[in-house]
Amino acid sequence: MKHSVLRTAFIDTVPVMTGYLFLGAGFGILMDQSGYGVGYAVLMSLFIYAGSAQYLLVSLLTSGASLLSTALATLLINARHLFYGISLVDTYQNSGRKKPYLIFALTDETYSLVTQAKLPEGMNKTAYCFLVSLFDHGYWVVGTALGSLVGALLPISLSGISFVLTALFVTMFVEQWLSTKNHRPAIIGVMSTILCLLLFGRELFLIPSMTVIAVLLTVFRKAGGSADYE
Amino acid sequence: MNNATYALLTILVAAAVTAALRFIPFLLFGGDRKTPKLIVYLGKVLPCTIMGMLVVYCLKDVTLDAAPFGIPELLGCLITGALHVWKRNSLLSIGAGTASYMLMIHFFF
Repeated sequence: MKHSVLRTAFIDTVPVMTGYLFLGAGFGILMDQSGYGVGYAVLMSLFIYAGSAQYLLVSLLTSGASLLSTALATLLINARHLFYGISLVDTYQNSGRKKPYLIFALTDETYSLVTQAKLPEGMNKTAYCFLVSLFDHGYWVVGTALGSLVGALLPISLSGISFVLTALFVTMFVEQWLSTKNHRPAIIGVMSTILCLLLFGRELFLIPSMTVIAVLLTVFRKAGGSADYE
Repeated sequence: MNNATYALLTILVAAAVTAALRFIPFLLFGGDRKTPKLIVYLGKVLPCTIMGMLVVYCLKDVTLDAAPFGIPELLGCLITGALHVWKRNSLLSIGAGTASYMLMIHFFF
């Protein structure tokens, strides 16, 4: 049983492995070029573990941004994590000693895998979620270290590889679409985010998008549009 | 403040804010109390919604008013999505979608 959880978790994380190794390496290279060695890069990937925030931090660090602006920028970029927790309060409720790590290691990609996993009968969901979280975190840290240490030696013919994460979310989106009858939440997600991106610009749109999404979902629940879910 | 202290403090602040955002929902709703019905409902509908949000988020830096006008991204997403509707195999959809995107930006755009 243990073996098959390990196998399932590994196979499910292969796309994330591709994305995280390359994006992690990209981050390592950037840190190295900005004068921060492998120690700093790995420290960040271990303890912050949030891709886009880490990329932004490189420029904040090099420009000597104040700690307050660092806090605000991190808040703006990572506020979407609030939604992940809300979705997983029940799933992670009884996960015992693994719970703090499961919560800490919740990235966009890990979230999409654990919320969409269709596990075979009898497979331990907590063990699966834990392994997925651990593998993903490992890919990110290993990618960072490799990028920082040997990144400069790589031929850069791999441009576009980061599209693997976009493709992951497109696939998850289609999978959700095909496996649910009520498509209103999916449409709300896409339309609200596009609208807020146009209105607020790419730096600021995430928090307005989340607000609009939460309001619309709540309104439509009251309007009786949620029969599939209750 | 020397550079090492500054870098470490910056990392600490970013790590603390990120961790706080991850833990807050569990601290608010994760106790022995019954989870409020609204949160249970949001928890069920949010995954569909968030995948839509994340697709847009990934594409936020695409420029539509200059060549290549987001065409490789659009085609990459369409190939990925169409393959998934057809085969329902995640690895295949993601792998082929990414490969076709990389080939497009390498050879055509």
